[in-house]
Amino acid sequence: MAQHQVNYLKDGGLPVALTTIDKVVNWGRSNSLWALTYGLACCGIEMMASGASRYDFDRFGTIFRASPRQAELMVVAGTLTKKHAEFIRRLYDQMTEPKWVISMGSCANTGGMFNTYSTVQGVDRVIPVDLYLPGCAPRPETLQYGVMMLQQKIRKESASRAQKPKRLM
Amino acid sequence: MRAYTPKDNVQKKPYYTDRYWVAPQVAKHDVSSDAVFTDDLEAIKSQFEVLDAYIQVDQMVVIINACDNFGVIEMLKNEREYNQLSEMSAIDWLASEGKFEIFYQMLSMSKRKRLRIKCKIDEKESIQSVEKLFRSADWSEREMYDMFGVVVNNHPFMKRILMPDDWEGFPLRKTYPLQGDEFAAWYEVDKIFGKEAREIIGPENRDPARIDRYDTERFSRLGHEVPRGTDISQGEPDTPLVYQEPEGVFLIEKFDAEQSVVISDRHR
Repeated sequence: MAQHQVNYLKDGGLPVALTTIDKVVNWGRSNSLWALTYGLACCGIEMMASGASRYDFDRFGTIFRASPRQAELMVVAGTLTKKHAEFIRRLYDQMTEPKWVISMGSCANTGGMFNTYSTVQGVDRVIPVDLYLPGCAPRPETLQYGVMMLQQKIRKESASRAQKPKRLM
Repeated sequence: MRAYTPKDNVQKKPYYTDRYWVAPQVAKHDVSSDAVFTDDLEAIKSQFEVLDAYIQVDQMVVIINACDNFGVIEMLKNEREYNQLSEMSAIDWLASEGKFEIFYQMLSMSKRKRLRIKCKIDEKESIQSVEKLFRSADWSEREMYDMFGVVVNNHPFMKRILMPDDWEGFPLRKTYPLQGDEFAAWYEVDKIFGKEAREIIGPENRDPARIDRYDTERFSRLGHEVPRGTDISQGEPDTPLVYQEPEGVFLIEKFDAEQSVVISDRHR
């Protein structure tokens, strides 16, 4: 009985919650971040560990999808080679708006220890990045924290207008 | 970035400036010291010209003419029981001799012996494929072409194996700079955005020692997060881990750090 009691001092006396479209949409977006499986190297193992039972990404609503059409988050986990650069760009373009990118680990951030002819020196040369995670490789806790930071970022964005597509250039 | 030093004469630069440095050499023994290898060498010599032969670390090295490579390996496989081609590739001697050295490392399971066939070719010269004899040579020869630019004749699929098909240059040659030439440096930009995007995207940062303490454009600082591009020359704030906005999140239970369970036992 008590749980159905109306608190007339709250919300103008109505048993409703008032909010904005922005908040509802961003609540949905930030809590159903479906990520593209993008393990390129050893960081991919940490990303898989984050998705598995101990760290359990599912409770954040982050479910790994094997198709860019169903994903809105790309966790670039590992070394991006120059041969692969065009494919990551194509997969990024295939993802539906709005979309976000986490650059996970030193190799994805800056090329890392692969200061060689065949490694892209940071994925931000190819696709726009929202969040950089340091570490070699970052622990699953770091990736979890990164996803929570990204959720905060999404909540701050405006959802009512068509999102301005991110551009590298 | 550090000043670029030309790397096209890296072989001429001595790694040691010690005048009395003597490069260590692996001892070479006469082939007659091993009966099995002596028979093998006699068999090769009966059909092909052998330029040199010796035993190094219990393995026979036979140096032949490049045109005989298929015949020698075919004979070793069919008549001398060398039934595995465990490795083959090229060695870049262009700076000192203007030649590539091609080596074929072979193994006889029945005789428990390893044998190495070597031959030298000029830079523009091509070599006969041994893929018909050993399937393992398929990818090895493609890799040799990819990395050194040695063209292999009669190969079923002569194409680059590791680098992209439109790559310019052969990365394992000694004249190839480790961090790539201009083509390599702009490869992904040129291919995805076009050459006109070079100025917008800018050159690669190739200095691994470069640390800009005040750069907030490129790196997040866990525990010291600031918005991108903030000036932190006066020091950045020490922010604790923030899992939620302080005012709480719509429709989501407020995270209470006091009540959260910290797992200290990993093997719980």
